[in-house]
Parts: sequence; C-alpha cells; structure tokens
Amino acid sequence: MLESYLGAGIMMLMAIGIAGGMVVMTSMLGPKREFADKMEPFECGESPIVSPHQRFSVKFYLVAVLFVLFDIEAVFFFPWAILFKQLGMFGFIEMLLFILILGVGLLYVWKRGGLDWE
Amino acid sequence: MDIEMEMVPLAHYLFLSATLFVIGVVGVLVRRNAIVVFMSIEIMLNAVNISLIAFDRYLSLHDGQIFSFMVMCVAAAEVSVGLAIIIALFRNKPTINLDEFNIMKS
Amino acid sequence: MEPITAPAIDLVSLAPVLVLSVFGIMVLVTDLFIGKDKSVLVFISLTGLLMGAISSLAKYNLPVHSFNGAYIVDHLSVFFTFIFCISSALAILVSVDFNKREGIKVGEYYSLILFCTVGMVLLASATDMIMIFLGIEIVSISLYVLAGIRRNDPKSNEAALKYFLLGAFATGFLLYGMTLLYGSTGSTKLVMIASAIRNGGVASEPLLLMGVVLLIIGLGFKVAAVPFHMWAPDVYQGAPTPVTAFMAVGPKAASLAAFYRIFSEAIPQLSPSWEILLCVVSVITMFVGNLGAIMQTNIKRLLAFSSVAHVGYLIIAIIAKNSLSSSALMFYMLTYAFMIFGTFGIVILLGRKGDENLEIENYSGLAYKHPVLALSMTIFLLSLGGLPPLAGFVAKFFVFSAALKEGFLILVIIAVLNSAVSLYYYLKVIVFMYMKDPVKEFDITLSPMTLFVIAISIFGTIQLGIFPDSIIALAQAN
Repeated sequence: MLESYLGAGIMMLMAIGIAGGMVVMTSMLGPKREFADKMEPFECGESPIVSPHQRFSVKFYLVAVLFVLFDIEAVFFFPWAILFKQLGMFGFIEMLLFILILGVGLLYVWKRGGLDWE
Repeated sequence: MDIEMEMVPLAHYLFLSATLFVIGVVGVLVRRNAIVVFMSIEIMLNAVNISLIAFDRYLSLHDGQIFSFMVMCVAAAEVSVGLAIIIALFRNKPTINLDEFNIMKS
Repeated sequence: MEPITAPAIDLVSLAPVLVLSVFGIMVLVTDLFIGKDKSVLVFISLTGLLMGAISSLAKYNLPVHSFNGAYIVDHLSVFFTFIFCISSALAILVSVDFNKREGIKVGEYYSLILFCTVGMVLLASATDMIMIFLGIEIVSISLYVLAGIRRNDPKSNEAALKYFLLGAFATGFLLYGMTLLYGSTGSTKLVMIASAIRNGGVASEPLLLMGVVLLIIGLGFKVAAVPFHMWAPDVYQGAPTPVTAFMAVGPKAASLAAFYRIFSEAIPQLSPSWEILLCVVSVITMFVGNLGAIMQTNIKRLLAFSSVAHVGYLIIAIIAKNSLSSSALMFYMLTYAFMIFGTFGIVILLGRKGDENLEIENYSGLAYKHPVLALSMTIFLLSLGGLPPLAGFVAKFFVFSAALKEGFLILVIIAVLNSAVSLYYYLKVIVFMYMKDPVKEFDITLSPMTLFVIAISIFGTIQLGIFPDSIIALAQAN
C-alpha cells in the first residue's frame, strides 16, 4: 500500500531538496551587499511605485522572446509525459534528442550573450 | 457517446473559430500599428486551433491535436522573429506605424 | 496499458533533411567559436549542401513511403532536393563577396540558408498537411530573418517587416484551409483526403470547397501569385541582393512543389471547382507580372515582377496536373535557378559599397566597358524571356505542352502572348547596355566567387537550352 506512494515521496523529497538547497546555497555562497534599493519588497530592478505609462527597457524583449520560445517547447512534453510508460525506451530517447537540440539552442543563446543584461 | 448530445454542437465551435478568424483578418487589414497587426495574426492562428480541436473532439480524430501543437510552436517562433524585426525597425526609425514604412516605391 | 509501438521510422529516407539540419546546427555552433572571418562557415555549409544532395540518392526503387505515409521519396522530391541544394549553394557562393563588401558579418546567415533548405526539402517530400505546414514555416521564418539581416539598413528592415506581416497573414489562411480540409475529410494525409473525396466520405462539401479556396489564397501568397503578390516587389528590392536571388528560386520552387502535390494528390477529384479559379489566378498573374515589370526602373523590382509572371506560367503546369506537368515543373525550376542566379550575380557585381547601382539606367553602356558581362546578362535576360535556343525556351515549351495535352488551348495562347510581352522589358535592359552612353563610371570589382556563379549559370542556361534531353529524361523518369 505504502509502496505506491514511493514515487510521489521521492518526487516530494527531490522538490524539497532542490528548493531548500537553492535557498541555503544562495545564502551561503551569494555575495551580501545590503543597500536601500535592495531592501525593497520587490527586488527586480523596478521601483514598486511608478506610473503605469512609463516605458521600460527594451532589453526586456529579448528575455521575453527567449522565455516564450523555450516555454512553448514544453507543450511537447505533455503528451509524452502522459504516455511515458507506453512509449517506453523509444519515447525516452526521442525526448532526449529533443532536449539535446533545445540544449544546443540554449548554448547558442548563452554564447551569443543573449542572457547577459549589459 | 450520449455525453456529446448534451454538449455544445460542433457548428458552434466552428462559428466561434470563424468569427475569431474574421476578427483577426479585419484587424490586419484595418489597424496600422505593427504590434496590433501582429496580435491580429496571432488571433487568426488561434482561431484555427479552436477549429482543429473541435473537429478532433467531435469526429473522434487525433491528428488535429498534433497539428495544433505544431501551430502553437510555429506561432511562438513567429512571435520571436516578428518581435525582433519590429525592434530592429524601431531602432532605425522610432515608429511602428505601418503607413510610415514606404521608402520603396515603384 | 498496451505499449505503443513506434511508427515505421525510416531515417534513411529522411537523410537529406537530417544531413542539412546537422550541418546547419554545426554552422551555428562553429560560428560561436570563430572570429570575424566566416570563410570556414561557407566551407561547412557548402559541404553540407553537397552531402544533402548526395544523401537524397540513398533510396532507390522509388517511390518510398515512410512515417505512416507522411513523407515520400519519389522522383519529384529527389529532383527538387537537387534543385534546392544547387540553388542554396549558388546563393552562398554569390553571398561571399557581397557580404564582405557590404559588411554583413553574421555567421547565422549561412545556417539560416541551410535551415531554409531543410524546409524546402520537407516541402517537396511531404505528403501530410502537418508536414507541409511545418516545411512552409521553416522556409518562411528563415526568410523573414534573411530579408532583414542588414539590421541597420532601413530598406532591409522594411522588407523584413512587410514580408513577415504578409507572410504570417498568409500562413493564417493556409492553416485555416488545411483545417477545413481536415475537418471535412477526417485526415491530414493527402492520399487519405483523396480517397475520402472519392468514396463520398466528405462530411461537408461547402467546408471542403471553402478550404480549397483558402488553400489557394495561402499558397498564392507564398508563391507570390496575383492578387497576393503585393509583398514581392518591396521585399525583393529591400532584401540583400543574394537573399533576393535565393528567395526567388528555392522557396518558390518548394512552395510550387507542395502546391502541385496538394492539388494533384489530395484534391484532383475537385478539379472542376479549382481549375477555373487557378486559371484566373494564372492569367492575371501573368498579366500583372509582365505589365508591372514594364513600368519598373529598378532592376530588382523588375526582376520581382518578372518572377511573379513566371509563377503565372508555372501555375499552368499545376492546372494541367499530368505526368508531363510534374517534370515540366522540375525542369522549369532548374533552368530558372540558373537564369536567376546569373542575372543577380551580375546585379551584385555592378554594385559598390553604399551604392548598389540598381537603376536600369546604370546599365547604360555596360557593353563597351565589360562586353563579357553584358553578353552574359543578355543571355540570361533572353532566356528569362523564353527565346530559343536558351533554356528558358525549352522550359516554357515543356510547361505549355503539358497544358496543351489537357486541352487548355486558350490558356497557352495567353501565356505565349505574355511571353512576348515580357521580351519588351528584358530587351529594354539589353538596349540600355548596348545602345546608350554610360551615365557614370563603372567601378566593378570582378570578385571570383560571383564570376564563378555567373559562369555556372551561363553553362546551365546554354546547356539546358541546346541539350536538354538528358535532364528531361531524368525529370521524366517517373
């Protein structure tokens, strides 16, 4: 009975591990420089109270575009995830290839400086 | 499949899809703002998706679902290229009014 | 839960697509690790195109169906794969010196050409509407970027924007057409659509016909048939010249191949309904193309309108839809590739940095200064006009005889008349070259790569005109 929850348990542990690990690791490894802007509730480079008509940096477009591109690829994972068992090894290898190609895309974006802010 | 009897008939979805498609077409033809034209094109593509999924559901087919995935993906690729083109354009000439792009004439 | 068995996957029949994609990615990645000098990318992409062409021969005993009938390797697709690889290679060769001169230093240029070729091969080999849609989009999206690759040139930007907006608009129509076809016949596979129509398995006749009309609109946009041609002159003028040459040949040939496949394989039963529509489109395409070209003073716009007119002739082959017309389509596109790359090669040679000399009057007196170039240009233009013994004549003859075999006499007469009209504006350029005094100094750098392309094109244009038999035999092998 309990065995059927094994997968969910492992999944949960991994989720907690990754999320907790990130918090712990950043607080341990990340540099700490505290100044006024950084202590604001939303620390995203934007002031919390601004006029809505204000223009924001065009640099955001690149982030948005990259996000849309990589995000929409997730649509192909859903059918695969639902039929994961039935598709078996074949589906798994196909998906690895798909991710590999996406990885090349990511490598390209990275090396080209698409992820740098400045 | 008696559930389908109670469901909205296929024709309604097709009408919805056709209406959205026409809204998109009219938007492309009437509006002069590049971004709005762009959005109208996206409406057209998504109108088609509604048709595809409706056909699939009512005629018990499957290919349309795959098709609609492909359409979504292609639409995303088009969005990124289109947005990049508009940004490149805006850097050279700070406007996105389509009527102002007429340097080439016969 | 039954395990799902994998569909019949035949990677060998997909070989050209795979080879070209891998080389495209290779170019993209290599570009990240090299400096300003992009010649290694040229080398890789040319190798890729060569390998792609060779790998298309991997299958014999054609036709071979694979991927549950979504992909086919037959004579049409192999022949077209060769045309695509040749035209992309010529485009790359003609770009090398142009890009150096104009300072286009992006390595993506070459990978985009390769990806575009992937799309074209898919288009020529797809027998499923999903695949055809993907092929068209791979081609179009690469071309949007290629048209706007000169980011700082307002003309290039404008061309890209116009091409993008109208192309995406057309995609919407194409897609809706495909959806209605799918909804009324229950399949995306061309063969299944045909059998559904034959066996009365059509859910709704009006939806089907509506779908066919929308398909004609969508494909008409992609091949630049009138009344969906408005983008062509602006995009041809604004895009960098090698890209213009590229998009006038490969993508057009690919869209026409898909056009032909859809209409001859999926909906031949409906031909009474679409024949008349396509006849009208073909006739007005020829007229608008030729009459539009007469009024142009810019050589790139002139060639844009001339290419619109050529699409008019090619649609005749689609209307005829017999075995002769598919080989006519192949032969025509091959000769067209040589003629167009030759012409654009000379247009590129005549340009200088910052001054492309695109007005027809800039060609005045070229014959005195550079008689060989003027003679080559004359050969290409006369071939485009369809004068014997050049390749353009044989190609047109081939298309027209395919139509005559099906009894489209009036259509052929109109086409021949148009062909005569087209000679007027081709001769106009020739008259400028031979009979007028130069308006300004020619400052031509004879760049070797471009000259090489022109030489190949001359060879192709004359060879296919005088000894077309061997290639015709290849095209008719089915």
